[in-house]
Amino acid sequence: MDSLTCIAAASIISAGVCIGIGAIGPALGEGRALAQALSSIAQQPDETNSITRTLFVGLAMVESTAIYCFVVSMILIFANPFWNYFLSRTGG
Amino acid sequence: MQLSPDNIIYHQIGFVSLNATIVFTWLVMAILTAGSWLITRRLSTGAHMPRWQNFLESIVSMISDQIHDVTRQESTRFLPFLGTLFLFIAVCNLLSVVPGFHPPTGSLSTTTALALCVLVAVPAYGIADSGLGAYLKNYIKPTPMMLPFNITGEISRTLALAVRLFGNVMSSSMIAAILLIIAPLIFPVIMQLLGLLTGLVQAYIFAILAAVYIAAGLKVHEERIHTLTTIDSE
Repeated sequence: MDSLTCIAAASIISAGVCIGIGAIGPALGEGRALAQALSSIAQQPDETNSITRTLFVGLAMVESTAIYCFVVSMILIFANPFWNYFLSRTGG
Repeated sequence: MQLSPDNIIYHQIGFVSLNATIVFTWLVMAILTAGSWLITRRLSTGAHMPRWQNFLESIVSMISDQIHDVTRQESTRFLPFLGTLFLFIAVCNLLSVVPGFHPPTGSLSTTTALALCVLVAVPAYGIADSGLGAYLKNYIKPTPMMLPFNITGEISRTLALAVRLFGNVMSSSMIAAILLIIAPLIFPVIMQLLGLLTGLVQAYIFAILAAVYIAAGLKVHEERIHTLTTIDSE
């Protein structure tokens, strides 16, 4: 395999692994947070506004790790610097 | 497939390029300004108010209430900054359902600029509130050893703010583009609807997080007043 094929295969595989593994943690965390918030709302319906707002902010915080994984895999697939470098070397 | 509207270039003069991000940012700014001007031209305080005035008033009072709930202070100081952030991001994200519109928030340069505004606004509000010395003391609390961690936290949360918004908006437009290839009939519409929801939620989260960071910079002052009042009452 030449280096271009190696880079393409490694990028695609690692992009899939990155988003696949990176989605597990935030999914578990968000599920736990949501379940806890729902039971809190069931216990104290008066505090729904405050709980919902805090839940949204917390979910955004938790979700940002998954978003990082997504951005990294998108960069690996669509804007890979190594790929562009070797493509320009072989082309020029 | 375009990763960001920065790559769509309409016009190039030397090294200055007019890309889609700039064009659509100005478009959104023009819509917001012209809309506000048109609506606030004929304001009335009577029982018969124009329906658009009602619309704007409900939005502004909602933002003001939310800011008041988060910062637990008078919201008039923060309303211009946080309200503008929310309205700009919300309009950008909502207009992304219009065909041919590339949301400027789907570009990392726009979101970084917004996050840098927050990075500057936090110490600005903090210093205006409690003075330079008292604000800088926040960084060496609880011990001076925490100084690098506090500074790192400040920078990393700015980065997280920028990448979160960019990632969410970019992903929703990317999903729409991918689904158009796989299942072009009905699914893209559903994902666009979901994109509307996440776009609005992201605008809300950006503004709320900015409010939380600003409120955290003011905390010392508030606590001092609080302890003073508790001492007084005892």
